[in-house]
Amino acid sequence: MSVRVAVECLTWRRWSCLRGRQSVMAAAGRRECCKLAPKQQDKLPKRSKFPPAPSATHDWIGPPNPLSNMRPIVYRVPPNESELERRLRNMRQDTEDWNHQFWSQQNLTFGKEKDAFIVSQLKAKGLTERDQQGRRRTLTSEEMSVFYKDFLDKNRQRHVNYNKEWYRRNLSITFLMARVALHNLWKRVGRTKCRNTPAT
Amino acid sequence: MYKTQCSRLTGLFGVSLKQKLVGCGPRCKQTAQGLVLPHRRDPSHWMTYQHLNFLKRQYVTKNLSALKQRAAPKRAAALADVDENDRDENRVQRIPTVEPTVEEVSTSAVARETSNNMTTSDETPHLQVETDEAREARLDGQWKPLKVEVGDLPDIYARLTKIKLTALVVTTAAAGYAMAPVAFDPAIFIATCLGTGLASGAANSINQYFEVPFDSNMNRTKNRPLVRGQISPLHAVTFALACGVPGVALLTYAVNPLTGFLGAVNILLYTCCYTPLKRLTIANTWAGSVVGAIPPVMGWTAATGCMDPGALLLGGILYSWQFPHFNALSWNLREDYSRGGYRMMSVTHPAMCRRVALRHSAALAGLAAAAPALGVTTWTFPLVSLPINAYITLLAFRFYRRADRASARKLFFCSLWHLPMLLLLALTCKKPREDDPASTS
Repeated sequence: MSVRVAVECLTWRRWSCLRGRQSVMAAAGRRECCKLAPKQQDKLPKRSKFPPAPSATHDWIGPPNPLSNMRPIVYRVPPNESELERRLRNMRQDTEDWNHQFWSQQNLTFGKEKDAFIVSQLKAKGLTERDQQGRRRTLTSEEMSVFYKDFLDKNRQRHVNYNKEWYRRNLSITFLMARVALHNLWKRVGRTKCRNTPAT
Repeated sequence: MYKTQCSRLTGLFGVSLKQKLVGCGPRCKQTAQGLVLPHRRDPSHWMTYQHLNFLKRQYVTKNLSALKQRAAPKRAAALADVDENDRDENRVQRIPTVEPTVEEVSTSAVARETSNNMTTSDETPHLQVETDEAREARLDGQWKPLKVEVGDLPDIYARLTKIKLTALVVTTAAAGYAMAPVAFDPAIFIATCLGTGLASGAANSINQYFEVPFDSNMNRTKNRPLVRGQISPLHAVTFALACGVPGVALLTYAVNPLTGFLGAVNILLYTCCYTPLKRLTIANTWAGSVVGAIPPVMGWTAATGCMDPGALLLGGILYSWQFPHFNALSWNLREDYSRGGYRMMSVTHPAMCRRVALRHSAALAGLAAAAPALGVTTWTFPLVSLPINAYITLLAFRFYRRADRASARKLFFCSLWHLPMLLLLALTCKKPREDDPASTS
């Protein structure tokens, strides 16, 4: 890991001299950035890889997590947050964490079981994991489809439960979002009315 | 190198240094000018140890406080730099069970068994330019404010409503209207198309709203607006309501209540039946086929006001068409469906998947033959449509026998042009109305 960080530090130092931002981004891709000296940070483009501080006006959405493919969100914290807004924020954060946990586990399990299946199939055929050129041996689509079907059948109940829970959470979050939006609109209309009344 | 003392490197020592540097110039890729100048510049521009790497690669030379770039050689070296580091990265990333790049590597490895050597990126039916993808991937790797950019809204809405699919749905509804044996009324026609388009867009938006975590895990769908956070879920639902309610209202009041009812039923079927069923049972494909069959029926009922056998025939053609179309598409997405927890025939019942695709491809020819019997078209229609029907049946048969990625892909792409062609041929062979001798066929 430290080698990787060091490599990326060098990459960033080298590229900080270059004009082309495209090549910078292409090189960096989706990797986590290392901590840079303040001088280098000035030269970097404004958009960074770190979660920004919560803003008062908008949410921030980040890059997809490599394990779960879920995008983390830093929710906005308005200066005088109402009870409804706090509840909404907590609900969304909770659902985000729950989603991340489910999908990380799902993707990890899938990857592990798939590799185990490939190894066992190759062993049954009497082949080594890598061929003469050192490339990993692969199975045909037909052979892999046995694994895919098996994985789906094994996890059927888990998926059904996840589905039900996801629909429930999604709908309640959206409903609460609507309530918050209407509440804020009502407050703003009320404030405008109060402001207009002394003038009339 | 001490910056202060180097300023004294003029005179004899400077000359000898210059000669040495010039001497090794031809061995380097830089010109002598670039080598010599650094030691004369002011301290802020002096060469430090990084610049001594010029012997290995090209880079931007800082000359007289201006950035000078060599376009072609620098880029080659720049890419070499990138590759060098990427190789390190890739070596680290290939540790199994850590990162999804492993998934992509093994997915593309599985795909290598076909003669075409295509990667998973071409499973999307719509061809994507590589540079756009690379750019999007780059922008994706950053934190972005979840603010609605008004300038981006048309593009976001287009993707939210799956505009190309909606356009196809509107085309089938228009074909249904055109095939109906009534005089052409432009106002009703436009109202039908608009209403169907709005209803379809609303249904697609709700579908995307429900499927955010699943879409984010599948390659084909991970660039959808809700997944990328370009708009909030509430925004998507509001937009769907803003499209769906006027769409159905337009169909009900400007066209006729039956068409409006069918539109509303279709939205409900798609969002509340097909979308949840996708994760529960393979019956979702049949439900989805009904959803696809309803628009031409809507077009017909918009024209005539009642559900004639001709409407059901057109609906039947669309229903049968869905199977070769979808089964072929899903064949190459089996890994993604399995990982995402979608229950599709291609994963759970592969043999049935191919059988059903073949059966319904053959049924298309049968339905085309039934068209003159029901008075929808003349007898020429089954004849002129025979070549394309036979071709899709042949491809479906090859898919049935070979069951490989190439035949699935061919069948899918054939289905994309087969449907518009079939509808066009039906339109040209439409039975002229007996009551109006001057009617166009």
